[in-house]
Amino acid sequence: MNSTLHFPATWLVLTVVAPIASVVTGLAFGSVDLPLGDVLRALIGKEATLVTDIVWQLRLPRVLSAFACGGLLALAGALLQALLRNPLADPYILGISGGAAVAALSAMIFGLAAAAVSFSALGGALAAVGLVFALGFSRGGNMVRLLLTGVVLSAGFGALISLLLTLAPDAQVRGMLFWLMGDLSQAQAPGPVWGILLAALGFGWWQAKSLDILGLGELKAHSLGIAVRPLQIAIFFAASAATAAVVVEAGTIGFVGLIVPHFVRLLGFSGHRRLLPLAALAGGCFLTLADTLARTAIAPQQLPVGVLTALLGVPLLLFLLSRKA
Amino acid sequence: MLRAQRLNLSVPGKTLCRDLDVVVKPGECWAILGRNGSGKTTLLHALSGLRMAGSGGVSWDGKPLADYPRRDLARQIGVLPQDEGHEFWGTVLEYVLLGRYPYSRGFGISGEDEDAAASALRQVGMAEMAGRTLATLSGGERQRVRIAMLLAQAPQLYCLDEPLQHLDLGHQAEALRLFRRLAAEEGRTVLMVLHETLWAGRFCDHALLLYDNGEIASGTAAELLTGENLERLYQCGLRELSTEGGRCWVPA
Repeated sequence: MNSTLHFPATWLVLTVVAPIASVVTGLAFGSVDLPLGDVLRALIGKEATLVTDIVWQLRLPRVLSAFACGGLLALAGALLQALLRNPLADPYILGISGGAAVAALSAMIFGLAAAAVSFSALGGALAAVGLVFALGFSRGGNMVRLLLTGVVLSAGFGALISLLLTLAPDAQVRGMLFWLMGDLSQAQAPGPVWGILLAALGFGWWQAKSLDILGLGELKAHSLGIAVRPLQIAIFFAASAATAAVVVEAGTIGFVGLIVPHFVRLLGFSGHRRLLPLAALAGGCFLTLADTLARTAIAPQQLPVGVLTALLGVPLLLFLLSRKA
Repeated sequence: MLRAQRLNLSVPGKTLCRDLDVVVKPGECWAILGRNGSGKTTLLHALSGLRMAGSGGVSWDGKPLADYPRRDLARQIGVLPQDEGHEFWGTVLEYVLLGRYPYSRGFGISGEDEDAAASALRQVGMAEMAGRTLATLSGGERQRVRIAMLLAQAPQLYCLDEPLQHLDLGHQAEALRLFRRLAAEEGRTVLMVLHETLWAGRFCDHALLLYDNGEIASGTAAELLTGENLERLYQCGLRELSTEGGRCWVPA
């Protein structure tokens, strides 16, 4: 790829054009399509019209949540790929989503309110993080053991999820499936996810060079003056916080965390100082667009956004991979 | 100056060395020889500060390795580990620049870093490949780039674990000449784990022989590299060949 000519354009698209376009698209389309001019007027002015209400009360919180969740997933994926030195790592590989899902689905079976479901998802996610950390990092643990611990726990949680789905009353199964496939329809308060996104991104940016070096192997990183184990623990918790925030906000949305970092790498941005912010932006745009589509494709019915991220993301990445090879 | 005092090293089920005392002075080039599993790598890691465990101490310029802040130590001691594989999608130049991490302040890359990286790539004959991605290189080219990263790190002590792996004969000689020159002309210190006794005899002035029973012999290469010692070391009958370039041993 010709870096000198190609980069500024790619850069501009990723950092400015795509984010604005995806947010505006998300605001304009829905069960009622709004003219672009009305959307912009509603964003600037504050006269109380129906359009202003739709934009500010309904769509903006959801679009902002979607953007932050997409950013968090891409960031968590990139961080875990660096931590585990494994290109197949995604935000859910260490079992965080499984723990959250078991807790959330249990709450649903007991008929708890949405807020309580989110709360137990948070509890489940934190419990899974604690368990993986305790088992994976104990006795000078290594990353292979961490990975295996996470994968094994994920499989265990997967079995529990199947069990819960079998035991649940039919009327609840649909809601549970939506939760499992990722669903932003309950996402109305983007503040916390944005806070965690900015914190995790700040951490990643600050440690970008160390993350690059970690990719060379633990011995080399150590010999270059990196405090390897503390760094690994910090990455683990940063990625876990990012993943847990999304799972609580929107359930388990697949593919964003796996695909977006590779998408950005295939565009030619490999160092973490560029990769992390660009992946966060690209993930945000991607999930915002996917969620818009999920709301509109067969409106007024909504689709689980996780299905769309896979349906859109898989062909895109396969195309890029085949072109690069 | 590197000094090990009463160094004890063991791995589960095996003592690798007992009460090792050794002093390595600036400008010296040491070969570490031994059979597979004799503890060469473990010893190299202990001497370079990658492994702090084990009683007895290793010090650099009179100060225990454990007392150095990490990045200060990385400016003094650089390691070329055996290839661990890598997750790196960038270019050769970006890769070599990572060797400048111990000198980095803040986020940027200084002109000094760029010069060091470019010069390192020239020294291993990889300057033309600077813009290639690492994945497109052959095994030997990648090894030369790994050496270049270490040159960019510019430590006082070079600890090399099988630095010749994947290199063809010509590049083996070139790499060894490079380190020999760093020792002779710039007073750097070189420790290397080698399997090639011919190269050890030609390019190293000192040697450490790690015998299977935990005994370690240290001394000058001229003194230690004899057919008798090497037969005992490798537990294999050897025949000595003398050439103008030095002595070498082949299995009998």
